[in-house]
Amino acid sequence: MHLAADLLKKQFPSEIVEVVEFRGDTTVVVKPERIRDICRFLRDDPTVAFKYLSMIAGLDYFPESPRFAVVYNLYSHQNHDRLTLKAYLASATAPAIDSVTSVWATADWHEREAYDLMGIRFKGHPNLKRILLPEDWKGHPLRKEYPQRGDQDAATWVNRRIDAKK
Amino acid sequence: MEPVKPIPQTETMVLNVGPQHPSTHGVLRVVVELDGEVMVRAEPDIGYLHRGIEKMCEGRTYHKCLPLMNRVDYLSGEVNNFGFCLAVEKLLGIEVPKRAQYIRVILAEFTRIASHIFWLGTHGHDLGAMTPLFYGFREREKIMDLCEMVSGGRMFPLYFRIGGLAADLPEGFIEKAWEFVKEFPEKWKDYDTLLTENEIWKQRTIGVGVMSAEEALNWGWSGPMARGSGVDWDLRRDNPYSSYEDFDFEVPLGTKEGDTYSRYLVRMQEMLQSNRIIRQALEKLPPGDIKVDDPRVSLPPKEKVYTDIASLINHFKLIQEGLKPPKGEVYQAIEAPKGELGFYIISDGTAQPFRVKIRAPSFVVLNATNKLATGRLLADLIAIIGTMDIVLADVDR
Repeated sequence: MHLAADLLKKQFPSEIVEVVEFRGDTTVVVKPERIRDICRFLRDDPTVAFKYLSMIAGLDYFPESPRFAVVYNLYSHQNHDRLTLKAYLASATAPAIDSVTSVWATADWHEREAYDLMGIRFKGHPNLKRILLPEDWKGHPLRKEYPQRGDQDAATWVNRRIDAKK
Repeated sequence: MEPVKPIPQTETMVLNVGPQHPSTHGVLRVVVELDGEVMVRAEPDIGYLHRGIEKMCEGRTYHKCLPLMNRVDYLSGEVNNFGFCLAVEKLLGIEVPKRAQYIRVILAEFTRIASHIFWLGTHGHDLGAMTPLFYGFREREKIMDLCEMVSGGRMFPLYFRIGGLAADLPEGFIEKAWEFVKEFPEKWKDYDTLLTENEIWKQRTIGVGVMSAEEALNWGWSGPMARGSGVDWDLRRDNPYSSYEDFDFEVPLGTKEGDTYSRYLVRMQEMLQSNRIIRQALEKLPPGDIKVDDPRVSLPPKEKVYTDIASLINHFKLIQEGLKPPKGEVYQAIEAPKGELGFYIISDGTAQPFRVKIRAPSFVVLNATNKLATGRLLADLIAIIGTMDIVLADVDR
Protein backbone atom coordinates (compact mmCIF):
# COMPACT_ATOMS: atom_id res chain seq x y z
CA MET A 1 0.00 0.00 0.00
CA HIS A 2 1.02 3.56 -0.55
CA LEU A 3 3.26 4.97 2.18
CA ALA A 4 1.16 8.11 2.54
CA ALA A 5 -2.04 6.07 2.92
CA ASP A 6 -0.49 4.21 5.87
CA LEU A 7 0.64 7.45 7.45
CA LEU A 8 -2.79 8.99 7.06
CA LYS A 9 -4.43 5.95 8.64
CA LYS A 10 -2.18 6.33 11.65
CA GLN A 11 -2.53 10.09 11.95
CA PHE A 12 -6.21 10.51 11.09
CA PRO A 13 -7.81 7.11 11.85
CA SER A 14 -11.35 8.49 12.04
CA GLU A 15 -11.06 10.59 8.86
CA ILE A 16 -10.10 7.90 6.34
CA VAL A 17 -13.06 6.22 4.67
CA GLU A 18 -11.25 3.89 2.27
CA VAL A 19 -8.15 3.50 0.13
CA VAL A 20 -8.66 2.60 -3.52
CA GLU A 21 -5.91 1.27 -5.78
CA PHE A 22 -6.60 1.32 -9.51
CA ARG A 23 -4.04 0.98 -12.31
CA GLY A 24 -1.25 2.12 -10.04
CA ASP A 25 -3.07 5.22 -8.81
CA THR A 26 -3.83 5.48 -5.10
CA THR A 27 -6.96 7.32 -4.08
CA VAL A 28 -7.60 7.98 -0.41
CA VAL A 29 -11.23 8.79 0.31
CA VAL A 30 -11.42 11.09 3.33
CA LYS A 31 -14.12 12.89 5.23
CA PRO A 32 -14.36 16.55 4.24
CA GLU A 33 -14.34 18.14 7.70
CA ARG A 34 -10.59 18.14 8.36
CA ILE A 35 -9.34 18.35 4.78
CA ARG A 36 -7.11 21.33 5.55
CA ASP A 37 -5.35 19.50 8.39
CA ILE A 38 -4.87 16.42 6.23
CA CYS A 39 -3.40 18.48 3.40
CA ARG A 40 -1.11 20.39 5.73
CA PHE A 41 0.07 17.13 7.30
CA LEU A 42 0.85 15.62 3.88
CA ARG A 43 2.74 18.72 2.84
CA ASP A 44 4.85 19.02 6.01
CA ASP A 45 5.56 15.37 6.76
CA PRO A 46 9.23 14.82 5.79
CA THR A 47 8.77 11.22 4.58
CA VAL A 48 6.07 11.96 1.98
CA ALA A 49 6.55 15.72 1.42
CA PHE A 50 3.69 16.51 -0.96
CA LYS A 51 4.85 20.06 -1.58
CA TYR A 52 3.05 20.34 -4.87
CA LEU A 53 -0.66 20.36 -5.61
CA SER A 54 -1.31 19.24 -9.16
CA MET A 55 -4.98 20.03 -9.44
CA ILE A 56 -8.34 20.23 -7.74
CA ALA A 57 -11.41 18.89 -9.51
CA GLY A 58 -15.04 19.11 -8.54
CA LEU A 59 -17.22 16.08 -9.30
CA ASP A 60 -20.96 15.69 -9.60
CA TYR A 61 -22.48 12.21 -9.13
CA PHE A 62 -26.09 13.27 -9.72
CA PRO A 63 -28.54 11.58 -9.03
CA GLU A 64 -26.55 9.52 -6.53
CA SER A 65 -26.02 10.55 -2.95
CA PRO A 66 -23.68 11.99 -1.76
CA ARG A 67 -23.82 14.06 -4.88
CA PHE A 68 -20.69 16.20 -4.92
CA ALA A 69 -17.04 15.36 -4.36
CA VAL A 70 -13.76 17.24 -4.50
CA VAL A 71 -10.55 15.61 -5.70
CA TYR A 72 -7.01 16.75 -4.89
CA ASN A 73 -4.04 15.39 -6.81
CA LEU A 74 -0.71 15.76 -5.01
CA TYR A 75 2.83 15.16 -6.19
CA SER A 76 5.96 14.57 -4.15
CA HIS A 77 9.23 15.67 -5.72
CA GLN A 78 11.10 13.77 -3.07
CA ASN A 79 9.64 10.34 -3.83
CA HIS A 80 8.33 11.09 -7.33
CA ASP A 81 4.91 9.68 -6.62
CA ARG A 82 1.33 10.84 -6.60
CA LEU A 83 -1.59 10.64 -4.25
CA THR A 84 -5.23 11.46 -4.90
CA LEU A 85 -7.42 12.67 -2.08
CA LYS A 86 -11.15 12.48 -2.54
CA ALA A 87 -13.79 13.94 -0.24
CA TYR A 88 -17.52 13.42 -0.71
CA LEU A 89 -19.58 16.42 0.38
CA ALA A 90 -22.64 15.94 2.53
CA SER A 91 -24.94 18.59 1.08
CA ALA A 92 -26.52 18.20 -2.33
CA THR A 93 -27.95 21.72 -2.35
CA ALA A 94 -25.13 23.83 -0.89
CA PRO A 95 -21.92 21.81 -1.19
CA ALA A 96 -19.01 23.31 0.74
CA ILE A 97 -15.56 22.35 1.95
CA ASP A 98 -12.64 24.16 3.60
CA SER A 99 -10.30 25.98 1.26
CA VAL A 100 -6.69 24.80 1.08
CA THR A 101 -5.30 28.09 -0.27
CA SER A 102 -3.41 28.52 2.99
CA VAL A 103 -1.61 25.21 2.35
CA TRP A 104 -0.75 25.66 -1.34
CA ALA A 105 -1.01 29.05 -3.04
CA THR A 106 -1.85 27.36 -6.33
CA ALA A 107 -5.19 26.14 -4.92
CA ASP A 108 -6.55 29.67 -5.45
CA TRP A 109 -7.58 29.36 -9.08
CA HIS A 110 -8.34 25.65 -8.96
CA GLU A 111 -10.91 26.30 -6.26
CA ARG A 112 -12.34 29.27 -8.09
CA GLU A 113 -12.76 27.10 -11.15
CA ALA A 114 -14.53 24.37 -9.18
CA TYR A 115 -16.78 27.04 -7.66
CA ASP A 116 -17.50 28.55 -11.06
CA LEU A 117 -18.21 25.39 -13.03
CA MET A 118 -19.48 23.07 -10.29
CA GLY A 119 -20.88 25.42 -7.66
CA ILE A 120 -18.89 24.10 -4.71
CA ARG A 121 -18.14 26.69 -2.03
CA PHE A 122 -14.65 26.76 -0.52
CA LYS A 123 -14.86 28.15 2.99
CA GLY A 124 -12.07 30.57 3.81
CA HIS A 125 -11.06 31.26 0.21
CA PRO A 126 -9.87 34.88 0.02
CA ASN A 127 -11.49 35.74 -3.30
CA LEU A 128 -14.15 33.20 -4.22
CA LYS A 129 -15.82 34.43 -7.40
CA ARG A 130 -16.38 33.16 -10.92
CA ILE A 131 -13.23 32.82 -12.99
CA LEU A 132 -14.00 31.47 -16.47
CA LEU A 133 -17.62 32.53 -16.90
CA PRO A 134 -19.03 36.07 -16.65
CA GLU A 135 -19.90 37.14 -13.12
CA ASP A 136 -23.64 37.34 -13.85
CA TRP A 137 -23.84 33.87 -15.43
CA LYS A 138 -26.62 31.66 -14.11
CA GLY A 139 -25.96 28.04 -13.19
CA HIS A 140 -22.88 25.85 -13.03
CA PRO A 141 -22.21 24.16 -16.38
CA LEU A 142 -20.33 21.08 -15.20
CA ARG A 143 -23.23 19.92 -13.07
CA LYS A 144 -24.92 16.90 -14.56
CA GLU A 145 -28.37 18.47 -14.85
CA TYR A 146 -26.97 21.37 -16.87
CA PRO A 147 -27.75 20.69 -20.55
CA GLN A 148 -24.99 19.62 -22.92
CA ARG A 149 -26.14 22.24 -25.37
CA GLY A 150 -26.57 25.37 -23.31
CA ASP A 151 -27.74 27.54 -26.17
CA GLN A 152 -30.73 28.81 -24.23
CA ASP A 153 -28.64 29.95 -21.28
CA ALA A 154 -26.15 31.65 -23.54
CA ALA A 155 -28.94 33.42 -25.43
CA THR A 156 -30.61 34.73 -22.28
CA TRP A 157 -27.25 35.92 -21.00
CA VAL A 158 -26.59 37.85 -24.21
CA ASN A 159 -30.10 39.34 -24.09
CA ARG A 160 -29.59 40.41 -20.49
CA ARG A 161 -26.39 42.13 -21.51
CA ILE A 162 -28.08 43.95 -24.38
CA ASP A 163 -30.96 45.05 -22.12
CA ALA A 164 -28.54 46.31 -19.52
CA LYS A 165 -26.87 48.52 -22.09
CA LYS A 166 -30.14 50.16 -23.19
CA MET B 1 -8.17 86.33 -5.76
CA GLU B 2 -8.84 82.64 -6.18
CA PRO B 3 -7.95 80.34 -3.29
CA VAL B 4 -4.84 78.26 -3.76
CA LYS B 5 -5.77 74.70 -4.68
CA PRO B 6 -4.41 72.04 -2.39
CA ILE B 7 -1.72 69.77 -3.79
CA PRO B 8 -3.53 66.76 -5.26
CA GLN B 9 -3.26 63.50 -3.43
CA THR B 10 -1.41 60.81 -5.33
CA GLU B 11 -3.94 58.22 -6.33
CA THR B 12 -3.50 54.88 -7.98
CA MET B 13 -4.79 54.46 -11.49
CA VAL B 14 -6.45 51.38 -12.94
CA LEU B 15 -5.32 50.38 -16.41
CA ASN B 16 -6.72 47.63 -18.59
CA VAL B 17 -4.16 45.65 -20.53
CA GLY B 18 -5.94 43.64 -23.19
CA PRO B 19 -8.05 41.64 -23.91
CA GLN B 20 -7.08 42.59 -27.45
CA HIS B 21 -3.39 43.30 -27.34
CA PRO B 22 -0.54 41.63 -29.22
CA SER B 23 1.52 41.01 -26.12
CA THR B 24 -1.24 39.22 -24.23
CA HIS B 25 -0.85 36.18 -26.51
CA GLY B 26 -4.55 35.75 -27.15
CA VAL B 27 -7.46 37.20 -25.30
CA LEU B 28 -6.16 37.92 -21.83
CA ARG B 29 -7.21 40.97 -19.88
CA VAL B 30 -5.03 42.11 -17.01
CA VAL B 31 -6.42 44.73 -14.67
CA VAL B 32 -3.40 46.65 -13.46
CA GLU B 33 -3.43 49.13 -10.62
CA LEU B 34 -0.65 51.64 -11.08
CA ASP B 35 1.08 53.99 -8.70
CA GLY B 36 2.89 56.16 -11.20
CA GLU B 37 4.55 53.57 -13.36
CA VAL B 38 4.82 50.93 -10.65
CA MET B 39 2.29 48.13 -10.51
CA VAL B 40 0.49 47.79 -7.19
CA ARG B 41 -1.76 44.95 -8.32
CA ALA B 42 -2.16 42.97 -11.51
CA GLU B 43 -5.14 40.71 -11.74
CA PRO B 44 -5.70 38.58 -14.83
CA ASP B 45 -9.25 38.30 -16.09
CA ILE B 46 -9.63 35.10 -18.06
CA GLY B 47 -12.38 33.09 -19.68
CA TYR B 48 -12.69 34.85 -23.03
CA LEU B 49 -11.76 31.62 -24.79
CA HIS B 50 -13.69 29.20 -22.59
CA ARG B 51 -15.28 26.59 -24.82
CA GLY B 52 -16.38 24.13 -22.19
CA ILE B 53 -14.24 21.30 -23.48
CA GLU B 54 -14.57 19.33 -20.24
CA LYS B 55 -18.35 19.47 -20.53
CA MET B 56 -18.36 18.62 -24.21
CA CYS B 57 -16.32 15.48 -23.54
CA GLU B 58 -19.06 14.10 -21.33
CA GLY B 59 -21.41 13.77 -24.31
CA ARG B 60 -19.00 12.09 -26.69
CA THR B 61 -17.26 8.79 -27.10
CA TYR B 62 -13.59 8.70 -26.15
CA HIS B 63 -12.38 8.87 -29.72
CA LYS B 64 -14.54 11.89 -30.48
CA CYS B 65 -12.80 13.76 -27.65
CA LEU B 66 -9.49 13.69 -29.53
CA PRO B 67 -10.24 16.61 -31.90
CA LEU B 68 -11.24 18.71 -28.88
CA MET B 69 -8.02 17.87 -27.06
CA ASN B 70 -5.96 19.06 -30.03
CA ARG B 71 -7.39 22.49 -29.41
CA VAL B 72 -6.59 22.79 -25.72
CA ASP B 73 -3.11 24.14 -26.29
CA TYR B 74 -3.15 24.90 -29.98
CA LEU B 75 0.57 25.51 -30.26
CA SER B 76 1.35 21.95 -29.27
CA GLY B 77 -1.72 20.20 -30.63
CA GLU B 78 -0.45 16.65 -30.73
CA VAL B 79 0.97 16.72 -27.21
CA ASN B 80 -2.52 17.18 -25.77
CA ASN B 81 -3.70 14.09 -27.61
CA PHE B 82 -0.64 12.28 -26.33
CA GLY B 83 -1.71 12.91 -22.75
CA PHE B 84 -5.35 12.07 -23.36
CA CYS B 85 -4.54 8.83 -25.21
CA LEU B 86 -2.15 7.76 -22.44
CA ALA B 87 -4.81 8.45 -19.81
CA VAL B 88 -7.45 6.41 -21.62
CA GLU B 89 -4.93 3.63 -22.25
CA LYS B 90 -4.14 3.60 -18.55
CA LEU B 91 -7.85 3.33 -17.87
CA LEU B 92 -8.08 0.40 -20.28
CA GLY B 93 -4.90 -1.16 -18.91
CA ILE B 94 -3.17 -1.48 -22.28
CA GLU B 95 0.21 -0.48 -23.59
CA VAL B 96 0.79 0.48 -27.20
CA PRO B 97 3.52 -1.28 -29.25
CA LYS B 98 7.09 -0.03 -29.06
CA ARG B 99 7.09 1.43 -32.55
CA ALA B 100 4.01 3.53 -31.81
CA GLN B 101 5.59 4.73 -28.57
CA TYR B 102 8.71 5.87 -30.41
CA ILE B 103 6.76 7.61 -33.15
CA ARG B 104 4.72 9.38 -30.48
CA VAL B 105 7.92 10.55 -28.82
CA ILE B 106 9.26 11.84 -32.14
CA LEU B 107 6.08 13.81 -32.81
CA ALA B 108 5.88 15.11 -29.25
CA GLU B 109 9.46 16.35 -29.26
CA PHE B 110 9.03 18.00 -32.65
CA THR B 111 5.99 19.73 -31.22
CA ARG B 112 8.02 20.84 -28.21
CA ILE B 113 10.58 22.45 -30.47
CA ALA B 114 7.84 24.16 -32.48
CA SER B 115 6.16 25.42 -29.33
CA HIS B 116 9.41 26.74 -27.89
CA ILE B 117 10.24 28.45 -31.17
CA PHE B 118 6.88 30.17 -31.06
CA TRP B 119 7.54 31.25 -27.48
CA LEU B 120 10.97 32.57 -28.46
CA GLY B 121 9.58 34.50 -31.40
CA THR B 122 6.70 36.13 -29.57
CA HIS B 123 8.59 36.72 -26.34
CA GLY B 124 11.40 38.39 -28.26
CA HIS B 125 8.95 40.36 -30.34
CA ASP B 126 7.16 41.63 -27.23
CA LEU B 127 10.42 42.99 -25.87
CA GLY B 128 11.46 44.62 -29.10
CA ALA B 129 13.55 41.95 -30.79
CA MET B 130 11.97 41.28 -34.16
CA THR B 131 14.46 38.91 -35.74
CA PRO B 132 14.02 35.74 -33.59
CA LEU B 133 10.46 35.52 -34.88
CA PHE B 134 11.56 35.37 -38.50
CA TYR B 135 14.48 33.05 -37.85
CA GLY B 136 12.42 30.75 -35.65
CA PHE B 137 9.47 30.48 -37.99
CA ARG B 138 11.82 29.24 -40.70
CA GLU B 139 12.36 26.05 -38.65
CA ARG B 140 8.83 25.94 -37.29
CA GLU B 141 7.55 25.81 -40.84
CA LYS B 142 9.57 22.64 -41.43
CA ILE B 143 8.03 21.02 -38.36
CA MET B 144 4.58 22.01 -39.59
CA ASP B 145 5.43 20.33 -42.90
CA LEU B 146 6.40 17.16 -41.06
CA CYS B 147 3.09 17.22 -39.17
CA GLU B 148 1.31 17.71 -42.46
CA MET B 149 3.07 14.66 -43.89
CA VAL B 150 1.79 12.28 -41.22
CA SER B 151 -1.84 13.33 -41.26
CA GLY B 152 -2.62 16.35 -43.39
CA GLY B 153 -3.09 18.71 -40.45
CA ARG B 154 -0.45 21.28 -39.58
CA MET B 155 -1.48 22.76 -36.25
CA PHE B 156 -3.79 19.89 -35.35
CA PRO B 157 -2.38 16.69 -36.81
CA LEU B 158 -4.84 14.39 -34.98
CA TYR B 159 -2.49 11.51 -35.66
CA PHE B 160 -2.55 9.67 -32.32
CA ARG B 161 -5.34 7.27 -31.53
CA ILE B 162 -6.32 5.53 -28.35
CA GLY B 163 -4.30 2.34 -28.63
CA GLY B 164 -1.71 3.58 -31.09
CA LEU B 165 -1.56 5.72 -34.21
CA ALA B 166 -3.86 6.40 -37.13
CA ALA B 167 -1.33 5.05 -39.63
CA ASP B 168 2.34 4.26 -39.97
CA LEU B 169 4.80 6.99 -40.91
CA PRO B 170 4.47 7.99 -44.57
CA GLU B 171 7.24 7.44 -47.09
CA GLY B 172 9.90 10.10 -46.92
CA PHE B 173 9.13 11.19 -43.37
CA ILE B 174 12.24 9.63 -41.83
CA GLU B 175 14.50 11.31 -44.38
CA LYS B 176 12.92 14.72 -43.83
CA ALA B 177 13.07 14.28 -40.08
CA TRP B 178 16.77 13.40 -40.27
CA GLU B 179 17.36 16.47 -42.40
CA PHE B 180 15.80 18.63 -39.71
CA VAL B 181 17.59 16.94 -36.83
CA LYS B 182 20.98 17.35 -38.49
CA GLU B 183 20.67 21.00 -39.36
CA PHE B 184 18.77 22.21 -36.31
CA PRO B 185 21.75 22.69 -33.93
CA GLU B 186 23.31 25.03 -36.52
CA LYS B 187 20.08 26.98 -36.89
CA TRP B 188 19.72 27.10 -33.13
CA LYS B 189 22.99 29.03 -32.97
CA ASP B 190 21.30 31.78 -34.97
CA TYR B 191 18.77 32.32 -32.20
CA ASP B 192 21.45 32.03 -29.55
CA THR B 193 23.64 34.74 -31.04
CA LEU B 194 20.67 37.07 -31.38
CA LEU B 195 19.62 37.18 -27.74
CA THR B 196 21.74 35.31 -25.19
CA GLU B 197 24.48 37.92 -24.91
CA ASN B 198 22.34 40.80 -26.12
CA GLU B 199 22.68 43.66 -23.65
CA ILE B 200 19.17 45.06 -24.21
CA TRP B 201 17.68 41.59 -23.83
CA LYS B 202 19.55 41.02 -20.59
CA GLN B 203 18.45 44.36 -19.17
CA ARG B 204 14.83 43.60 -19.96
CA THR B 205 14.87 40.08 -18.52
CA ILE B 206 17.42 39.73 -15.70
CA GLY B 207 15.80 40.23 -12.32
CA VAL B 208 12.28 40.39 -13.78
CA GLY B 209 9.62 37.93 -12.61
CA VAL B 210 11.72 36.35 -9.88
CA MET B 211 10.47 33.13 -8.27
CA SER B 212 12.36 30.97 -5.80
CA ALA B 213 12.32 27.18 -6.10
CA GLU B 214 10.20 26.73 -2.99
CA GLU B 215 7.69 29.37 -4.06
CA ALA B 216 7.53 27.87 -7.54
CA LEU B 217 6.30 24.59 -6.07
CA ASN B 218 3.89 26.40 -3.79
CA TRP B 219 2.40 28.08 -6.86
CA GLY B 220 2.16 24.78 -8.71
CA TRP B 221 4.73 25.60 -11.35
CA SER B 222 6.00 22.78 -13.51
CA GLY B 223 8.01 22.24 -16.66
CA PRO B 224 10.41 24.95 -17.83
CA MET B 225 8.87 27.47 -15.44
CA ALA B 226 9.87 25.41 -12.40
CA ARG B 227 13.22 24.42 -13.87
CA GLY B 228 13.97 28.08 -14.48
CA SER B 229 13.76 28.49 -10.71
CA GLY B 230 16.04 25.53 -10.13
CA VAL B 231 13.51 22.75 -9.45
CA ASP B 232 15.16 19.63 -10.83
CA TRP B 233 12.05 17.89 -12.11
CA ASP B 234 11.05 16.50 -15.46
CA LEU B 235 8.21 14.01 -15.80
CA ARG B 236 9.90 12.42 -18.80
CA ARG B 237 12.82 11.46 -16.59
CA ASP B 238 11.17 11.03 -13.18
CA ASN B 239 7.94 9.26 -14.16
CA PRO B 240 8.78 7.97 -17.62
CA TYR B 241 5.96 7.17 -20.01
CA SER B 242 5.96 6.01 -23.62
CA SER B 243 9.56 4.67 -23.51
CA TYR B 244 11.22 7.92 -22.46
CA GLU B 245 13.48 5.79 -20.26
CA ASP B 246 15.15 4.50 -23.44
CA PHE B 247 16.56 7.89 -24.32
CA ASP B 248 19.54 9.68 -22.94
CA PHE B 249 18.90 13.38 -22.33
CA GLU B 250 19.68 16.07 -19.83
CA VAL B 251 17.24 18.23 -17.91
CA PRO B 252 18.52 21.80 -18.19
CA LEU B 253 18.23 23.95 -15.09
CA GLY B 254 18.20 27.72 -14.86
CA THR B 255 20.25 30.07 -12.77
CA LYS B 256 19.63 30.36 -9.05
CA GLU B 257 17.75 33.65 -9.41
CA GLY B 258 14.77 32.12 -11.18
CA ASP B 259 14.09 35.16 -13.32
CA THR B 260 12.91 35.67 -16.89
CA TYR B 261 16.42 35.33 -18.29
CA SER B 262 16.90 32.04 -16.45
CA ARG B 263 13.73 30.61 -17.97
CA TYR B 264 14.89 31.85 -21.36
CA LEU B 265 18.10 29.83 -20.98
CA VAL B 266 16.19 26.72 -19.90
CA ARG B 267 13.84 26.75 -22.88
CA MET B 268 16.70 27.39 -25.28
CA GLN B 269 18.58 24.34 -23.98
CA GLU B 270 15.41 22.24 -24.02
CA MET B 271 15.16 22.68 -27.76
CA LEU B 272 18.56 21.06 -28.19
CA GLN B 273 17.68 18.25 -25.79
CA SER B 274 14.47 17.57 -27.72
CA ASN B 275 16.51 17.41 -30.88
CA ARG B 276 18.77 14.89 -29.16
CA ILE B 277 15.80 12.72 -28.19
CA ILE B 278 14.43 12.76 -31.75
CA ARG B 279 17.85 11.76 -33.07
CA GLN B 280 17.96 8.72 -30.76
CA ALA B 281 14.37 7.79 -31.49
CA LEU B 282 15.03 7.88 -35.23
CA GLU B 283 18.15 5.77 -34.81
CA LYS B 284 16.46 3.15 -32.65
CA LEU B 285 13.00 3.21 -34.27
CA PRO B 286 11.88 -0.45 -34.03
CA PRO B 287 9.76 -2.20 -36.67
CA GLY B 288 6.38 -3.64 -35.77
CA ASP B 289 2.75 -2.74 -35.26
CA ILE B 290 1.53 0.79 -34.71
CA LYS B 291 -1.57 -0.06 -32.69
CA VAL B 292 -2.51 -2.59 -30.06
CA ASP B 293 -3.95 -5.89 -31.18
CA ASP B 294 -7.07 -5.65 -29.03
CA PRO B 295 -10.55 -5.78 -30.57
CA ARG B 296 -11.95 -3.70 -27.69
CA VAL B 297 -9.81 -0.74 -28.75
CA SER B 298 -8.40 -0.93 -32.27
CA LEU B 299 -10.29 -1.08 -35.52
CA PRO B 300 -9.64 -4.25 -37.53
CA PRO B 301 -7.71 -3.92 -40.82
CA LYS B 302 -9.89 -2.70 -43.67
CA GLU B 303 -9.47 -5.78 -45.90
CA LYS B 304 -10.69 -7.98 -43.05
CA VAL B 305 -13.79 -5.83 -42.61
CA TYR B 306 -14.76 -6.65 -46.20
CA THR B 307 -14.11 -10.38 -45.97
CA ASP B 308 -14.72 -11.45 -42.37
CA ILE B 309 -18.07 -11.08 -40.63
CA ALA B 310 -16.59 -10.95 -37.13
CA SER B 311 -14.31 -8.07 -38.10
CA LEU B 312 -17.21 -6.27 -39.75
CA ILE B 313 -19.27 -6.49 -36.56
CA ASN B 314 -16.29 -5.42 -34.49
CA HIS B 315 -15.70 -2.41 -36.72
CA PHE B 316 -19.37 -1.48 -36.62
CA LYS B 317 -19.58 -1.74 -32.83
CA LEU B 318 -16.44 0.30 -32.24
CA ILE B 319 -17.63 3.08 -34.53
CA GLN B 320 -21.25 3.07 -33.38
CA GLU B 321 -20.81 2.47 -29.68
CA GLY B 322 -17.21 3.37 -29.01
CA LEU B 323 -14.78 1.71 -26.67
CA LYS B 324 -15.88 1.11 -23.11
CA PRO B 325 -13.20 1.30 -20.42
CA PRO B 326 -13.93 -0.39 -17.09
CA LYS B 327 -15.22 1.58 -14.13
CA GLY B 328 -12.50 3.58 -12.44
CA GLU B 329 -10.57 6.80 -12.32
CA VAL B 330 -7.02 7.61 -13.38
CA TYR B 331 -4.74 10.61 -13.49
CA GLN B 332 -2.07 10.72 -16.16
CA ALA B 333 0.39 13.58 -16.44
CA ILE B 334 2.89 14.22 -19.20
CA GLU B 335 5.62 16.76 -19.72
CA ALA B 336 4.04 19.13 -22.23
CA PRO B 337 6.11 22.02 -23.66
CA LYS B 338 4.51 24.34 -21.10
CA GLY B 339 4.71 22.08 -18.07
CA GLU B 340 2.69 19.32 -16.48
CA LEU B 341 -0.33 18.53 -18.59
CA GLY B 342 -2.61 16.20 -16.68
CA PHE B 343 -5.80 14.35 -17.51
CA TYR B 344 -8.06 13.11 -14.76
CA ILE B 345 -10.62 10.80 -16.30
CA ILE B 346 -13.44 8.98 -14.57
CA SER B 347 -15.15 6.16 -16.38
CA ASP B 348 -18.52 4.79 -15.31
CA GLY B 349 -18.22 1.83 -17.67
CA THR B 350 -20.11 3.44 -20.55
CA ALA B 351 -18.73 4.67 -23.85
CA GLN B 352 -18.69 8.31 -22.74
CA PRO B 353 -16.33 9.60 -20.07
CA PHE B 354 -18.13 10.45 -16.83
CA ARG B 355 -15.79 13.32 -16.13
CA VAL B 356 -12.69 14.69 -17.82
CA LYS B 357 -10.61 17.21 -15.96
CA ILE B 358 -7.75 18.84 -17.84
CA ARG B 359 -4.92 20.12 -15.69
CA ALA B 360 -3.58 22.83 -17.97
CA PRO B 361 -0.09 24.21 -17.25
CA SER B 362 -0.83 27.73 -18.52
CA PHE B 363 -3.82 28.10 -16.20
CA VAL B 364 -1.71 27.32 -13.14
CA VAL B 365 1.21 29.51 -14.09
CA LEU B 366 -0.95 32.54 -14.82
CA ASN B 367 -2.26 32.40 -11.25
CA ALA B 368 1.03 33.87 -10.02
CA THR B 369 0.84 37.02 -12.20
CA ASN B 370 0.05 39.28 -9.28
CA LYS B 371 2.96 37.96 -7.25
CA LEU B 372 5.43 38.46 -10.09
CA ALA B 373 4.15 41.86 -11.15
CA THR B 374 3.68 43.67 -7.84
CA GLY B 375 6.30 46.35 -7.33
CA ARG B 376 7.62 46.16 -10.89
CA LEU B 377 7.27 48.68 -13.70
CA LEU B 378 4.38 48.35 -16.12
CA ALA B 379 6.75 47.49 -18.98
CA ASP B 380 7.87 44.42 -17.05
CA LEU B 381 4.35 42.99 -17.25
CA ILE B 382 4.96 42.33 -20.94
CA ALA B 383 8.13 40.42 -20.12
CA ILE B 384 6.32 38.47 -17.40
CA ILE B 385 3.44 37.43 -19.67
CA GLY B 386 5.97 36.50 -22.34
CA THR B 387 8.08 34.33 -20.06
CA MET B 388 5.04 32.43 -18.81
CA ASP B 389 4.59 31.08 -22.33
CA ILE B 390 0.83 30.97 -21.93
CA VAL B 391 -1.71 30.04 -24.54
CA LEU B 392 -5.11 31.35 -23.66
CA ALA B 393 -6.86 28.35 -25.17
CA ASP B 394 -4.94 26.29 -22.63
CA VAL B 395 -5.87 28.65 -19.81
CA ASP B 396 -9.58 28.77 -20.56
CA ARG B 397 -10.20 25.36 -22.13
